[in-house]
Amino acid sequence: MSLVERLDPRTRLIAALLFALAEVLAPSLAAQGVGLLLAVTAALVARLPLGATLRRLLGLEGFMLLVLVMLPFTVPGHPLFSLWGLSGSEEGLRQAAGIAIKANAVAVALFALVGSMEAPVMGRALTRLGVSGRFVHLFLFTTRYLSVLEDEYRRLRLAMRARAFRPTTGLHCWRSIGYLFGMLMVRSLERAERIDAAMRCRGFTGRFPSLDDESRTGPGRLDLGFGAASAAGLALVIAVGVAWT
Amino acid sequence: MDLIRLERVSHAFDAAHPVLDGVDFALNAGERVALLGANGTGKTTLLHVMVGLIRPRAGSVHAFGRERRAEADFVEVRAKAGLLFQDADDQLFCPTVAEDVAFGPLNLGRSKAEAREIVRDVLERLGLGALENRVTHKLSGGQKRLVSLAAVLAMEPEALLLDEPTNALDEATRERLTDILAGLPQAMVIVSHDREVVERLATRRVTLANGTLA
Repeated sequence: MSLVERLDPRTRLIAALLFALAEVLAPSLAAQGVGLLLAVTAALVARLPLGATLRRLLGLEGFMLLVLVMLPFTVPGHPLFSLWGLSGSEEGLRQAAGIAIKANAVAVALFALVGSMEAPVMGRALTRLGVSGRFVHLFLFTTRYLSVLEDEYRRLRLAMRARAFRPTTGLHCWRSIGYLFGMLMVRSLERAERIDAAMRCRGFTGRFPSLDDESRTGPGRLDLGFGAASAAGLALVIAVGVAWT
Repeated sequence: MDLIRLERVSHAFDAAHPVLDGVDFALNAGERVALLGANGTGKTTLLHVMVGLIRPRAGSVHAFGRERRAEADFVEVRAKAGLLFQDADDQLFCPTVAEDVAFGPLNLGRSKAEAREIVRDVLERLGLGALENRVTHKLSGGQKRLVSLAAVLAMEPEALLLDEPTNALDEATRERLTDILAGLPQAMVIVSHDREVVERLATRRVTLANGTLA
C-alpha cells in the first residue's frame, strides 16, 4: 500500500482541495510550475502507474487542445511569431501555457490523492467533513447506478446493432438515437421507482441510517506529517507567486 | 390464523384492462403458497398490493391482525412481510453489502451494534460471510440475489413474498437458494415459473388468470 493510501481519506480530500485552489489562483507561470512539480511528486509518492496516468491525461489534453491553439492568435498583445499570416501574441502564449500547466497539475494531483479512493470511502469522508447528507447520497446513488444504467444503454445499443443498425447521417439514424435515449430515460425513471419501492419495503421513511462508528478519531501521525509537507509545498507555491509578479 | 388476507381486491392501471378483478386470497402461518399464472397476469401487482406499494382501487387488505389502508399502516406490514424483488439491482442500493443488509434493521430502530450483529449472523447463516465488505454493484448476479434475500431476512419477517426468486440464476445458485428457502420457517408466497422450485417448496398452489385466483 502506498503512503497516500495509508492516509485518512479526509486528509487526502482536504489536501486535494487546497492544492487545486492554490494552483488555480497562482498568479505566475513560475508558481504554477512549482505546483506542477508538487503534483508530480505526489504522483510518485502515490506510485501511480505511468502508462494509465498518461492515457487519462491524454483525454484531458484532447479536450483543451483547441483552446490552447487558439489563444495565442486571439489574445491581443506583443506579436511573438506568425503563422500563415496570423500573428501569435506573447500574452496569448503565456495564457495558454498557464492553462495547460494548471489543468495538468490539478489533474495529476487528483489522480494521486483521490483517484484510487472507492466511492463509499469518499462518501463517508465527505460526510465526516460536514458535506450535506443529501449531496453525499446523490453522489453515492450516482456511482451505484451509473454502471446499471450503462449496462442498460449497452444492451439497447447491442439490440440495435443486432438488427443491423449503423450510425449514419439521416433522419432514420437520428430518430433511432432519439428513441434510444428516450427509452433510457423511461427505464431510469422506472428503475428509480422500483428502488424507492424496495427501500420503503425495508422501512425507509426518509432518513438514511448509518452503520459507521461516530468515534471522533483525530488525525494520525502520518496525516499530520503529510499535512505539514503539503502546507510547506503550498507555501512555496505562494512564495514563488508573490516573488515573481 | 391468516397473516395476510385480501378481500375482493381489484386494480387496474388503465380502466379498460383490469389486472386484478375481485381477488380473494389468504396466507396462513406455516404455508408456502405458489402463485402461478402467465406473464402479465398481475402476480407482481398482487404482491405489491399485499405490502401497500400499490393501493388497490377496490377491496381491502388485512395484514397481521388488522385492516391496512394508509401508507403509515403499511410501514409495519413491510417489516413483517419481506418482499424479495425480481431484480436484485433494485434492492441493493447501498455501497457495501454490510450497509445494505443493515439498512432494514437500522430503519426498524435497532442500534448500530445490534445491526452489525444481525448482519454478521444473517450472512453467516446464508454462507455469505465472505461478502460482508464487498461493494454491492461488483457482485455477480447470483451473489446479488442471495445478498438481497439476506437483506430481507435481516428484518426478521414473519412472511416472505418472493417474486421469481430463481429467475436467471445458474444451476448451482438456484439449487443453493432453493435449499435455503426450504429451510426457512417463514410462511411464503412464491411467484415462480420454475417448476422444480414450485414442486419442492409449495404446500399449496393458486393460479391467477383473467384477474381472479383459482
